[in-house]
Amino acid sequence: MVRRETDMAENKREPVLVLRGLRAGIGGVEILRGVDLTVHLGEVHAIMGPNGSGKSTLVNVLAGKPDYEVYAGEVYYRGRDLLSMPPDERAREGVFLAFQYPVELPGVRLREFLRAALDAVREHRGLEKLAVRDFNRLVQEKLREMGMDAEFLKRNVNEGFSGGEKKRHEIMQLLLLDPTLALLDETDSGLDIDALKVVAQGINRFRGPDKAVVLVTHYQRILNYVQPDYVHVLIDGRIVASGGRELAQELEAKGYEWLRQAAEAGRRD
Amino acid sequence: MTQAPPVYETYARRFRELEAGRSEPDWLRELRREALGRFLDLGFPTARRGNEPWKYTDVGPVARTVFGPPPARPPLPLERLRRTLPWRPTWRRAVFVGGRYRPELSHLPAAGEEVTVLPLSRVLSQGDDLLERHLARYATYQDDAFAALNTAFFSDGALVVVPDGAEPERPLHLVFVSPESEGPYVHYPRVLVVLGRQSRLCLVESYLGLGDGPYLTSAVREFYLGEGAALEHYHLLLEGEAAYHVGQARFYQERDTSLRSVFFGRGCAIGRNDVRVDLDGPGSEAYLHGLYVTTGRQHLDNYINIDHIKPHCTSRLFYRGVLDGESHAIFGGTVYVRPGAQKTDAEQEDKNLLLSREAEVDSKPALEIYADDVKCGHGAAAGAVAEEALFYMLSRGIGPVLAQTLLIKGFASSVLDEVRLPALRTQLDRLLVDSLPRLRTEE
Ligand SMILES: Nc1ncnc2c1ncn2[C@@H]1O[C@H](COP(=O)(O)OP(=O)(O)O)[C@@H](O)[C@H]1O
Ligand SMILES: [Mg+2]
Repeated sequence: MVRRETDMAENKREPVLVLRGLRAGIGGVEILRGVDLTVHLGEVHAIMGPNGSGKSTLVNVLAGKPDYEVYAGEVYYRGRDLLSMPPDERAREGVFLAFQYPVELPGVRLREFLRAALDAVREHRGLEKLAVRDFNRLVQEKLREMGMDAEFLKRNVNEGFSGGEKKRHEIMQLLLLDPTLALLDETDSGLDIDALKVVAQGINRFRGPDKAVVLVTHYQRILNYVQPDYVHVLIDGRIVASGGRELAQELEAKGYEWLRQAAEAGRRD
Repeated sequence: MTQAPPVYETYARRFRELEAGRSEPDWLRELRREALGRFLDLGFPTARRGNEPWKYTDVGPVARTVFGPPPARPPLPLERLRRTLPWRPTWRRAVFVGGRYRPELSHLPAAGEEVTVLPLSRVLSQGDDLLERHLARYATYQDDAFAALNTAFFSDGALVVVPDGAEPERPLHLVFVSPESEGPYVHYPRVLVVLGRQSRLCLVESYLGLGDGPYLTSAVREFYLGEGAALEHYHLLLEGEAAYHVGQARFYQERDTSLRSVFFGRGCAIGRNDVRVDLDGPGSEAYLHGLYVTTGRQHLDNYINIDHIKPHCTSRLFYRGVLDGESHAIFGGTVYVRPGAQKTDAEQEDKNLLLSREAEVDSKPALEIYADDVKCGHGAAAGAVAEEALFYMLSRGIGPVLAQTLLIKGFASSVLDEVRLPALRTQLDRLLVDSLPRLRTEE
């Protein structure tokens, strides 16, 4: 197994997310086959891997998508057992998933949706409900930051949004709801270079010493704009390599195949 | 029917008693006798094979119950009426309780407001030209036992007349309250609305049940739209849990008329929302939107017929259902396009959201087309709440009950967005949520 040791134990900051031997899948079919990962506050971790390697499965399991089953392992979020929390509680506790394929909500206006979400997380944080004017101001500011028109508020959530608009909208919600841990599932895919920059700016704006980001991506392109602290390669449900930014560049040059072969060779040993 | 079972004898006896006490013009007396005769001949419809209109609804319990008269002076929780119904001070209102007009609860339009509303109990004895011309013309009873029953027995209701060219400003609200009672009773709301040429009206009709016991509301409403007239119509069905309700609306449209109707119906023990639209003049349009919500063991049968008799008419029939518990809802919509009704443009669709596995919907949109130059379409769908959508909301921190509420409201919005009265829209949003006990647990 190719493993570039980066000594995370040295890091004295609070581990926000700890995965130990996570095995999960759907309908008895194991997709994640033992994942270990530790993320501290202040860090950005990129998770790369070919299609079908289990990247979406990983972040969906962390967000609590009901389709998935956990067979073994543990997940701690800020020291609490994440897997025992219902998905809405995880979100209120500060776990945010930007969907690879954001879901359309027929008949649900974006304004109403954002209002419900913001009220829920604010109440959980012991904050007052925002007055309508303050809410409008805040939402419009976040929309503007992501290059979105206020007209979106009258539209149904994600309905008729272009691919790029859907992704920008996800990051807009990230900025609005201001969670602790952002799980971004291929937020870069399908974006032209301008949209990619806007999305990257949004993520960078979110970054900070009391935030953490798990950035799932297929290509290293976005990593030119969002500099990760760590890069992990997920293949066939296992992290087969971890390293710094240079690992992403190596992948860009060599592709995934060498890692897959190395991983298989390692497994045969 | 050779041997009338006791129930029918009760109806016949009751009719003779009523007739003896009535002083009505001959034409009406004749009409009622004929209607009673038809009722006794036809008997209550049964859900047997071959009886398509009643295929999914068994009115056996109605046929077996001996209903008394409604309570004479029942207590009225006014606050509840105000809270449940869109009770606006600016609207005009005629309120009927247990089938009787209640002036102290009503606020009829004054002279000069371009619409007259008369309680039928005040016109039946002296007779009325418009009544004679229109009554039972559109709600034909020859082949319809419930229309016959109502025609024979109704004693009150509303006669609404909008003169040619008149455009009353304020919405008119007809309220039919089914009060609480010791034993089962029947009441027979009756409405006749006559819109003169080039007139318009905004009318809301509400049926509200207050008690938990069984009763029968047999309601017949006839709407005549004179040339160029426009009717904005809302219909709220909010009967009691154990109620039997058979409501029949008949819209007759002359040329260049416009009907826009929105229905909101909550289920009851047996509910029937029977609507018929006759597009009998070219250039007319009928837009019928409906939302039905059933829970527990409720039953609601939407039976809707749109008849394109003349060419160049447009119709839209868009219904949606939200079903929970072990409830049963039916959508039977048929659009007929008669020979010669060329350039008909008709669409209908019924969609259902099933919140429980035990809920059941029979959705049967149908087209019967006998003309060749037409544009018609229909569709039906039923499905559960989309898990993906629910998870998306949960992943934003929204609790499961609120998430469901938002999704259900979203589903209903294509119907409720058709409501043009803001006060009513707000009220319907609330009624939708109140009608679904599963949405009441949190928040
Ligand atoms: N709903 C599902 N049912 C069955 N298999 C699934 C489902 N979702 C994903 N998979 C399988 O799990 C594997 C990993 O999928 P996924 O996590 O989406 O990968 P990635 O995001 O890395 O492309 C794939 O082989 C995929 O076919
Ligand atoms: Mg994926």
